[in-house]
Amino acid sequence: MRLPSSLKFWSRAVEACVLFVAICFSLGAATPASRMNTLSHQLMCQCGCAQLLGECDHVGCPDRDKELSELTTDMAAGMTDQQIMDAFVAKYGATVLAAPTTKGFDLVAWVAPFAVFAAALLGTILLIRRWGGLGGKPVEATTAGAQSSDPADRERLERIRRETGSDGGF
Amino acid sequence: MENELVRREVTGFSRACDNHSGVLMATFGSFCLLIALVLAAYNLFAGAVALRLIATGRAARISPERLADTARRAGIAGFVAVTGAAFALIWSVFTNDFSITYILEHSNRALPIPYKFAALWSGQEGSLLLWAWLLGIYGFVLRLRHKTDVKLYAYAGTILSGIQVFFLAVLVFAAPPFSLLPGYVAGGPIPADGNGLNPLLQYPEMVIHPPMLYLGYVGFSVPFAFALGALMMRYPGEKWIRITRTWTMVTWLFLTCGIFLGMHWAYAVLGWGGYWGWDPVENASFMPWLTGTAFLHSVMMQERKGMMKSWNVWLIFSTFLLTMLGTLLTRAGLVSSVHAFAQSSIGTWFVVFMGIVLAVCIFTYILQRGHLKTEHHMESLVSRESSFLFNNLVLLTACFVILWGTLFPIISEYVQGTKVTVGAPFYNRVAVPIGLFLVFLTGVGPLLPWRATSFKAIKRNFVLPVIALWVTVIVCLAVGVRPWKDGSLDSGSFYAVVAFAVAAAVLTAIIAEFLRGAGVISRQTNRNLFAATWLLTRRNTRRYGGYIVHIGVVVVVIGLAGSAFNRSIESEMGLHSKMSIGPYTLECMGFTQDSNQNYNSDYAVLDVDQGGKKIFQVTPERRFYLASGQPQTMVAIHSIPEWDLYVVYEGTNPDTGQPIIKAFLNPLVGWIWFGLVVIVFGTFVALVPSLTPATAALRVPAVKTASMTPALKGGD
Repeated sequence: MRLPSSLKFWSRAVEACVLFVAICFSLGAATPASRMNTLSHQLMCQCGCAQLLGECDHVGCPDRDKELSELTTDMAAGMTDQQIMDAFVAKYGATVLAAPTTKGFDLVAWVAPFAVFAAALLGTILLIRRWGGLGGKPVEATTAGAQSSDPADRERLERIRRETGSDGGF
Repeated sequence: MENELVRREVTGFSRACDNHSGVLMATFGSFCLLIALVLAAYNLFAGAVALRLIATGRAARISPERLADTARRAGIAGFVAVTGAAFALIWSVFTNDFSITYILEHSNRALPIPYKFAALWSGQEGSLLLWAWLLGIYGFVLRLRHKTDVKLYAYAGTILSGIQVFFLAVLVFAAPPFSLLPGYVAGGPIPADGNGLNPLLQYPEMVIHPPMLYLGYVGFSVPFAFALGALMMRYPGEKWIRITRTWTMVTWLFLTCGIFLGMHWAYAVLGWGGYWGWDPVENASFMPWLTGTAFLHSVMMQERKGMMKSWNVWLIFSTFLLTMLGTLLTRAGLVSSVHAFAQSSIGTWFVVFMGIVLAVCIFTYILQRGHLKTEHHMESLVSRESSFLFNNLVLLTACFVILWGTLFPIISEYVQGTKVTVGAPFYNRVAVPIGLFLVFLTGVGPLLPWRATSFKAIKRNFVLPVIALWVTVIVCLAVGVRPWKDGSLDSGSFYAVVAFAVAAAVLTAIIAEFLRGAGVISRQTNRNLFAATWLLTRRNTRRYGGYIVHIGVVVVVIGLAGSAFNRSIESEMGLHSKMSIGPYTLECMGFTQDSNQNYNSDYAVLDVDQGGKKIFQVTPERRFYLASGQPQTMVAIHSIPEWDLYVVYEGTNPDTGQPIIKAFLNPLVGWIWFGLVVIVFGTFVALVPSLTPATAALRVPAVKTASMTPALKGGD
């Protein structure tokens, strides 16, 4: 099926977006510095400041330097990100992770927002369909001009509407 | 934070000769609260009886109209009584009446005058009193304007008095602000000085931020009262929406300003280089903002097409309940938060009150749902109507995400017995994409006309924004703003590039809308483009004010996206030590100490060079407050449109005695605050009544413009 030319433009734009994202996600591996930065922003400082480990700014913080040093040691020992996280959880408990994991009940934390969004999106589309929004033909919007009985006025209003691309109102 | 508060032992006691006047003021304040409670209860009871009599048409000994008027007058008198209580507390702060526990815990003699006012909301009892007082002010204005629609205002006033009864009951029975020191008797010795105000609150914004936020929180009680009242009385037509709209916009503006002032305070005081930490209390203020914003949009569907009546009613109910939830989170210590300076056990009161409010809302809705039935009709998926639906979808999803993230630690503990942290990484992955989609809709919505549109019109309206989007992406990549760092994808940079691109597209779309309309007026009236834009805006302030608000939101988003490129460096600095960040070199020219009655401070004097030339000097400071015994940073910020140089005096190395300085280079932060200014301006424009066709005809050549006015003015 041939797409209308107006839709081709949009399909190409979408393709370009997808390609752009794919290129970004297929780039190479992290350096140690960026890995350290990434991991330290996935862990919480345990001093009670409620800040990310990589952002804790307390001079003399009893935990920040210790945790960062453990992180460095784990990275130097060749542990994977997951192993490092597991080691921190084993030592400090689950609250050391700045975000829930994707295992067990924690997965619900990640799934629920997208599930709710999908359900709401579906509901909205169904609602629009029920209200006739998907059944009617797209039409040229002409409202203001049709209300005037004077042909000159109607013509002027139609021209304004066309030029402003609007039918008034917010 | 309260737990960390080092309470200074008050070693000396003074026997103030004017101590009796202090006790008198405490008694006066307590009685004011008690009288206000009685008056609010009368307002609620008499108002409810009168409105019931009017609704049923039953005869009574007293005319229901007169009874309703006595209830209204009781509400006005209640405002005077609450004002008296607020005055008594402020008076007690200024007269250092440390016989009152609240004053002892939240003030001290050396506290500067502006912060004496801040003591009113620095603690549990005071902030509840502030809430009751602001509610009293809103109620006072509402009751004075009752002639706009006597019956609707009577309903709204009665519902407001119900809310006021709750807050005053909490103040009288659970969190009395005027309670005296344990064992204190009139004329007895009082502590020589107080524990002082929390240092975090001793910053200029803290004199404005909490009242602004509270004005926003409390203000949503008014549209809630109107919505519930209109539903109870089966208010005919949509007039209540128009009455409520102004209240909602003003309230929304206060809440917006409160949130941004809080961000600026966090940025300037907390010293971690950021302004939003997804803290539960920050989230609590953001949630009603999201639902309030959704209401302001979807309500246009009701005004214009009579659609979504039930939805709008529930949006405003939810917004009010979320303001209550926010207060509950702040007060009850339900979730751990850096704002937990006012934890207490009054959470139960709030839970019960929220339960009652929800029950009343559900009951009223079920009873009156027939009144909300409407004929829904849409002509196209691609229309302004559907864009409002999607806008509401995204705003409410964002609200759900934030609520879910805020409450998930509690849910997790309940389900699996272990608490988890839901911090910035969660929100960055879940909420940021939703936010970007919302920004996208900000640009798309205004481009779509009501009812339906054609592919040709879509193409015409969207070509320029799409070009702007891709040009921005290319420019970003060309100038080195890339979504990868050190060879790997950096999600922050990726989202930033997407944000810049979408922002450019939305700005282009909105500006094109202005220019298109102004161009027509310019041709028709021979005005220059600026004058034509001015006239265009004045003819439909609501529409173009809304566009200006959208521009402000986009500017804010650009500023937020800059955070992906923050840099920082930390170093111990001796005399003439240097550190470099971005284009700047910081040289330590000295470090010194200062002290006054309120605090001692250490600060460093740093010359900032750029290209070998000194351009300015910064003096980051660390204070030690004497009364509370707490330290506090005072960040030095040099802001230009490109970035902020943000310098923190973190402390002193105990071994060397030299200061440790941390410097951040935070791109585009100034855009966030400028965006707020644009939002405020846009909201004011939207609040100004549009030129009526008659007025417009008087001011522009009538022949050419009179007939086109309705087309441009449209939907008001």
